[in-house]
Amino acid sequence: MSVEVLLVEDSPGDVRLTQEAFRDANRSIRLQVVSDGVEAMAFLRREGCHVHAPRPDLILLDLNLPKMDGREVLAQIKADASLKTIPTIILTTSEAEADIVKCYQLQANCYLSKPVQFDAFASLVRMINDFWLTKVKLPQQEQSG
Amino acid sequence: MSMQSTHRAMRADGEDDVPIEILLVEDSPGDVRLTQEAFRDANRSHRLHVASDGADAMAFLRREGRHGNAPRPDFILLDLNLPKMDGREVLAQIKADESLKMIPTVILTTSQEKADIAKSYQLQANCFLTKPVQLEAFESLVRNINDFWLTTVRLPRRPESGQE
Repeated sequence: MSVEVLLVEDSPGDVRLTQEAFRDANRSIRLQVVSDGVEAMAFLRREGCHVHAPRPDLILLDLNLPKMDGREVLAQIKADASLKTIPTIILTTSEAEADIVKCYQLQANCYLSKPVQFDAFASLVRMINDFWLTKVKLPQQEQSG
Repeated sequence: MSMQSTHRAMRADGEDDVPIEILLVEDSPGDVRLTQEAFRDANRSHRLHVASDGADAMAFLRREGRHGNAPRPDFILLDLNLPKMDGREVLAQIKADESLKMIPTVILTTSQEKADIAKSYQLQANCFLTKPVQLEAFESLVRNINDFWLTTVRLPRRPESGQE
């Protein structure tokens, strides 16, 4: 059974690293990538070219994004009764205390700082895989009619 | 109940001399013991506080009664099936309280029921973990919680003013 992960990230380098690290860690992951906040919401709401988008089991969300900020994306996810149950992990270079507090206030499921070093980043992605996709019980996919 | 290790905590954010305050809400003495030991083995200066029912957990969080001087937890581990006040109700109260909702609250329960998992995420539990029956698997899960939540994740820092 494959796990659907939505990565919201505008840096092509970070997208590439995340893809490679997940591929090494877990071959049953299907990683979908959107590169700005507006596209993330369109994907989640199946609008425009995303009509057939799968519902993600887990969202990895950067904070500093074009078009719509990651904080706003998080607020919209957590204010939407059908999306709020999807675990949403903040993965950002920001270490600002104000961002950490704000994200937990908005009910981010957890907040992770992106390490600058390549190896540390790959290791963090493996850790996300090992904890969230192996140990944690995620909500089951079901379409409420 | 609290434990203090002589080792200094090494938080990823460099906040290396402030112990992480954990509230464990658990009514099974055996599971409390196991959790304490597994955290102690992880060799960090956590301070683990234990509340054994839901009403006591809320009193701790709101510093009521004998909990007048309780620290604000950085992290909560919450069982679902609890005496006096159910864990689902405790979770709902935490996440409805502006001053408590930002504390990461992890469900740790024997339940594997889809309805409990769905309900917990609806109520904005930060994650849902099922307690393994086997002793070694339980210890290993507590180490995983330590490695992920208390070492890797950036937790919200406690407010410094006495306001909250």
